[in-house]
Amino acid sequence: MNENPLPSIIPDKEWKKIQRMLSKRSLWMIHFCTGCGAMEMPPVMTSRYDMERFGIIPMATPRQADLLLVTGYVATKTLKRIVRVYEQMQDPKYVIAFGSCPINGGIYWDSYNIIKRLDKYIPVDMYIAGCMPRPEAIMDAFLKLMKDIDEGKANGWMRYRKYYDQYRRNQMRIFKRWDE
Amino acid sequence: MVTDWLIHAGLVALYLFLAMVIGLLFMGIARKITARIQNRVGPPIYQNFLDLGKLLAKKTNIKHNWIFDFAPLFGLGGVLLILAYLPMGGYIMLSGQGDLILLLYILAIPALGFALGSGASGNPNAGVGVMRALTLMLSYEMPFLIVILSLMIFYNTASLSVLLQKQMNYLWGIAALPISALAADIALQGMMAEKPFDIPIAPHEIASGPLVEFGGKYLGLLMLYSAGSIVVETSLFVDLFLGGGIVLNPTVYGTLAYFVNYLVWLALIFVVWMIAIFVNAVFPRFRIEQAFKFYWKWPTVIAIAGLVQAYVMSVFLGVVP
Ligand code: SF4
Repeated sequence: MNENPLPSIIPDKEWKKIQRMLSKRSLWMIHFCTGCGAMEMPPVMTSRYDMERFGIIPMATPRQADLLLVTGYVATKTLKRIVRVYEQMQDPKYVIAFGSCPINGGIYWDSYNIIKRLDKYIPVDMYIAGCMPRPEAIMDAFLKLMKDIDEGKANGWMRYRKYYDQYRRNQMRIFKRWDE
Repeated sequence: MVTDWLIHAGLVALYLFLAMVIGLLFMGIARKITARIQNRVGPPIYQNFLDLGKLLAKKTNIKHNWIFDFAPLFGLGGVLLILAYLPMGGYIMLSGQGDLILLLYILAIPALGFALGSGASGNPNAGVGVMRALTLMLSYEMPFLIVILSLMIFYNTASLSVLLQKQMNYLWGIAALPISALAADIALQGMMAEKPFDIPIAPHEIASGPLVEFGGKYLGLLMLYSAGSIVVETSLFVDLFLGGGIVLNPTVYGTLAYFVNYLVWLALIFVVWMIAIFVNAVFPRFRIEQAFKFYWKWPTVIAIAGLVQAYVMSVFLGVVP
């Protein structure tokens, strides 16, 4: 997070609280639809469930987004793109893994080119289980994530900084080469 | 002497700050109203303040080159300069002879600064977006220039303050030249890049175009920039056609007139903004060549009709405001 601009006036603890309050109320989301999810996101965005009332709006580029939604299975080829998207986002950033595939592989458990746990490669703050989860589940996940951010529990981006070497080692085990 | 200067500087700062606040509030109201039109609940109207706070509080580690760093400041500075030239509720901060023509030049500064920065990022989407923005500018400037010309012929001045004075004494521009006002309002829709002319920042086609590489603090500054531009564009229309919202003569009523005029101006720019938002909420998007063809066809014809009307009225019928 950003440094405190006025350390003499606002105590550091208050500053953190303000920042958490702000980033909770305006989560800008980028969704990386790999498998499912392209059918569940539209009702969440439009008038049926309307996530904009919580300040969550879809964004077009990772530079502007705070929340990455990885929906569905993650192929080894997709994983590189996901990591790239994740690293282009600005701190603080949050990740929601959507569906049972990023949790443990789902029905692609013994597939040769699907990774099993997304959490080994990028830090995940919230899981939505289900194959495929309904829009209500997505809304629920958003609200729980907002609560977690408020309590300071959603700190995957800090974990990524701290254990960067381990994450990078796991990623390189899949990629072999970074530039292809 | 010094105190006069200080009071003036303080008032300018207050007006510019209020313009930013009004712009952000208008963006929030627009989101709420669009949501209600689409049968949604929509965010609270202060949502854009939260967004701005979040963006400015984010850590930003985007590195391209110094032009990229400079661009948001350039855009924001340009918008503040234009705001200082536009009378808001009759309070004139900067003015000069022929500032209507000067205004046409400085209206391009923020857009060009913004284009410079997004071009410097080297992202192909940004390049496409900038190209579209410049083409769109070329298309709406055509009717807009003709409209300005007819105003200048009718009111026989190229100075914004004299224009306001004459509108206050005689008749508002929208009543005297309704055809030109219609053309100007259509051009305004393109100037604000609202639908059906939001071609430069089409999020679903070119990933929000020129904005594509901006994030964090840069995006926060650009949000302030667009908040300022909303006030610039709506206020431009109000100053040209609705008499700048001046209902009480400041030389007669003094400070009270400034208050009342400011409130009237605020109501009028709100109405102009609402027209743009209602059109925005129900229309899909043009392609760039369609927008170009549209602008050089219909609004231009309407603007030329307005020009003929202004010419006939002032030269043949001898109407002198
Ligand atoms: S969670 Fe189910 S629906 Fe979604 S990608 Fe995996 S298998 Fe497909």
